[in-house]
Amino acid sequence: MNKDEKAAGLMKTIMPEGFVFDPARGARWFTRHGHTGFLGMEYHDHGDDWIELALPWREGLVGVEETGVLASGPIISLLDNATSMSVWTRQGTFNPQVTLDLRIDYVRAATPGKTVIARAECYQVRRSMAFVRGIAHDGDIADPVAHTAGIFMLVSSEGWSKP
Amino acid sequence: MSAFKLPPYARTMGMDVDHIEDGGVPVIAMDFADKVQGRPGFLHDGAIGGLLEMAAHAALRAELQRQGSDSRIKPVNISIEYLRGGLQERTFARGEVIRAGRRVANVRVEAWQGDRSKLVASSWMNFLLAPPKD
Repeated sequence: MNKDEKAAGLMKTIMPEGFVFDPARGARWFTRHGHTGFLGMEYHDHGDDWIELALPWREGLVGVEETGVLASGPIISLLDNATSMSVWTRQGTFNPQVTLDLRIDYVRAATPGKTVIARAECYQVRRSMAFVRGIAHDGDIADPVAHTAGIFMLVSSEGWSKP
Repeated sequence: MSAFKLPPYARTMGMDVDHIEDGGVPVIAMDFADKVQGRPGFLHDGAIGGLLEMAAHAALRAELQRQGSDSRIKPVNISIEYLRGGLQERTFARGEVIRAGRRVANVRVEAWQGDRSKLVASSWMNFLLAPPKD
């Protein structure tokens, strides 16, 4: 089997053709694998065009040892994952995509010990791009930790993954 | 520059100071592993973002040390352009301080893998500088 066949095989296993993207189940798959699983992200909630993922605080993800404040890296990962899944949530299906750009404003430091929740929304999908925005907070969405805006490029499944 | 100590997050992710360039700018590196993998076979874009931020932070800390400042550094925002999929290789990042003023610092950061001329990601980052706490 060549690489592309292998990739297509994997895609069919995790995301078969005509696959209906169930945000809760889909998110649970991602949160058990790779970087997303390693950080400890969890599915939280979803609607028609939005999804929420949670990231529990843990010592190994701290950015400032003296204060226990979470590093901003895990917040990028959380917002990247949540915005990405919001596209599939809106479409109701899984399409391969890659991040084109992501901008994050760190509104305030996350409270040490608290779980950070990202609420991400896909507000438009065009032929080749999906537009997303999101907010990370630690309990009160009106008092955000971070705000994001980003764009995903919709790509062909060929070469999208290399199992 | 004195040994730059990476925070717990960076150590958890397997980042280290690869070497120091141009008399003081640290190049931060991260090995490929399952814990930094996104879609199968590629680096997670969030992990690339984390590496960029670490390199930006390290470059700014080095520049402030050079200036004799011990200001605290707080990230304000970051904008990342993803230029290529991150392959299963060691990834490097280096920040360049465009300006370190009294209250704000602006840093550009780039990440690459085997070929430095083929960037994986490019970004800018702004920091707020605050006087050290007593």
